[in-house]
Amino acid sequence: MTASSLTGRSGARIESRNLKAQLRRTERRRKLEAAALVAPLLIFLAVFFLAPIVGMLIRSVENSELPTTMPETAAALRQWDGIDLPPEPVFASFARELAAGQRDRTLAGVAKRLTYEVPNMRSVLFATARGLPETPNGTWRDTLTARDKTWGDPATWAVMRRAAAPVTPLYMLASVDREMDASGSIVKVASDRAIYIDIFIRTFWMAAVVTVWCLVLGYPLAFKLASLPPRVSNLLMILVLLPFWTSILVRTGAWVVLLQREGPINEALQWVGLISEPLQLVYNRVGVYVAMIHILLPFMVLPLYSVMRGISPAYMRAATSLGATPFTAFRRVYLPQTIPGVGAGCLLVFILGVGYYITPALVGGAGDQMVSYFVAFFTNQTINWGMAAALGSVLLIATLLLYWVYARLVGIDRMRMG
Amino acid sequence: MGCRSSLFLGVALMAMAVGGAEARDLTVTSWGGSYQDAQREVYFQPFMKQTNTKLVEDSWNGGVGALRAKVEGGNSDWDVVQVEAEELVLGCEEGLFEQLDWAALGGRDKFIPAAVDDCGVGAIVWTTLITYDGAKIKDGPKSWADFWDVSKFPGKRGLRRGPKYTLEFALMADGVPSEQVYEVLRTDAGVDRAFKKLDQIKSNVVWWEAGAQPLQLLASGEVAMTSAYNARVTAANKSDNRDFKIVWQGGVYAVDSWVILRDSPNKEAAMDLIAFMSDAANQKNLPPKIPYGVTSKEAAALVDPAVLPIMPTEPGNLAVEVQLDTEFWVANTERLTERFNAWIGQ
Repeated sequence: MTASSLTGRSGARIESRNLKAQLRRTERRRKLEAAALVAPLLIFLAVFFLAPIVGMLIRSVENSELPTTMPETAAALRQWDGIDLPPEPVFASFARELAAGQRDRTLAGVAKRLTYEVPNMRSVLFATARGLPETPNGTWRDTLTARDKTWGDPATWAVMRRAAAPVTPLYMLASVDREMDASGSIVKVASDRAIYIDIFIRTFWMAAVVTVWCLVLGYPLAFKLASLPPRVSNLLMILVLLPFWTSILVRTGAWVVLLQREGPINEALQWVGLISEPLQLVYNRVGVYVAMIHILLPFMVLPLYSVMRGISPAYMRAATSLGATPFTAFRRVYLPQTIPGVGAGCLLVFILGVGYYITPALVGGAGDQMVSYFVAFFTNQTINWGMAAALGSVLLIATLLLYWVYARLVGIDRMRMG
Repeated sequence: MGCRSSLFLGVALMAMAVGGAEARDLTVTSWGGSYQDAQREVYFQPFMKQTNTKLVEDSWNGGVGALRAKVEGGNSDWDVVQVEAEELVLGCEEGLFEQLDWAALGGRDKFIPAAVDDCGVGAIVWTTLITYDGAKIKDGPKSWADFWDVSKFPGKRGLRRGPKYTLEFALMADGVPSEQVYEVLRTDAGVDRAFKKLDQIKSNVVWWEAGAQPLQLLASGEVAMTSAYNARVTAANKSDNRDFKIVWQGGVYAVDSWVILRDSPNKEAAMDLIAFMSDAANQKNLPPKIPYGVTSKEAAALVDPAVLPIMPTEPGNLAVEVQLDTEFWVANTERLTERFNAWIGQ
């Protein structure tokens, strides 16, 4: 009895263990399957989305120009305490590597890096390098200073020392209108050069204005669409989506044609007699707002519409039958239910709006450009990628912060993208 | 088998590409559009016919960064490139270009002084100047002071976005004689003065960036007058049947140059091409196609007199123009661009 019951009990135990193991195995397989299904997207995102962002963040503090071209000088400068002028060995290795750089034509990068802090450093560097003697006339310090007195200035070497560091805060500081003075403390730049703080405020302000207008225009439209029978609402939806499928460049170009001084809008208004002089509608803020609202409106209407479609009309009927006025019923019953759509629509429009480049560039005036304009400017025109990356990083950080605040206010789990 | 043969073909093609890097065809890079069309007709095709050399074309939009990438990346696919004045100075300083064989070009005296450099020889002379629609304004502006006078000539103004040219124009509008513009601009007080003058018309300016924009702005009536590149005005008059007038007074001219990129495998053929394009007998044919100025003194005398009045190098025009000070802009572009961007955004 004992034996059989024992085997029976242990058999059951073995069986249950088997079952557990099997369960675990299936579970593991399911997890693997899920991972395998998600993996391609994750890898894609990591390679084409995360890696470039990380690369950009790194580039905004990268300081490799001097260390790669003049490794010995950079090492010697890092040893130096930064007081007054550096010791003779720094001058000597600098002179040697300057001559080598001139010979191998590798000075361009260093010249560019130093010019960011001292505007005339390019010409000083090349003028000093041209025909530099192989042996010093006395000390290297005297020889270099005799060739250009800039090398006798402690401020020059403070800049050189900063350029020799492995990373630099230069670009990040510049993108919030700050710089380091000769003593290394952080100060505001002169007011005739301060620009980026204003640009960031303008960027967020313009995106906010566009978002509010899209909500004001999009909400009633989505409401109407949601209450129409599907056949009609589908047709109207295509009208909403049609411009959405047109190239953004084409639409922006079309707005320039429509809004310009002798364009159809001004001519129609003059013909009707509403105005006697053409209105300035393009190359200013008005034009940018009109074009941006037009382009971004579908991003507001779509999430609103999908949320509103899911709200049963019975709620409103119930509210009115319980004695609520139509306005109260709307405010207390309908509106709260559309908040997930409002939240999602506003977020989409705002984040897209913050990154706008081509529309303000084509329709706006000089005072209507957003951060992206300057990112493009530094990337393509001055080839100052550190500055472009720093501006992009500040924009990214500011947007993430705003998103975090917004998510806490609206509740991210309550948002519905459609 | 299909797979293997295509693999084989691929390897063969790659081998050809690698081998081709050693002995590729001579490549010339210019600025595209109607300008390069004219160059093709006047220079490239006759050169191919005459020397029996195969010539490949490319085009670009400037920027010393692009040249740096080509040369320092090694294995560049360009030989002869037309560069702007600042690119010539910067690139020569950084050693991106070969030194030219001036003997093969007939000596430095054969060219206007601005076209002569160790690394490059002038290709064209082009001017940025005032233009307005003759159909709308009968008695048009005569100078930059008029350009600034919004009460005498109501309407918006078009200017190229950036400090280059703009600061020069502002100083001339403020009464600085054209030969002293850069002398004044080299002082801090002079820069302040230029920005102060710009404040006066800031609210009336539409800023343009691409060379075709100012003429569109003018054609659509958006601006009453604008700065523009001289040959673009002529081209617009010809193709769109316009009556845009050119004001030479106070125009700023610059010279574009031909250079040979460093370590070009076709250096000799490249030099031949540049000599061909610098030859007066060939240069004289360019202005009738596109009215930019020529750099060879002899060619200037040979150009069809009919196009002379619309060329920047016509002596009368040249006398009232200002030459762009390349050295000034090489040294100050970064600093003044920063200040200009801050000023414009405020």
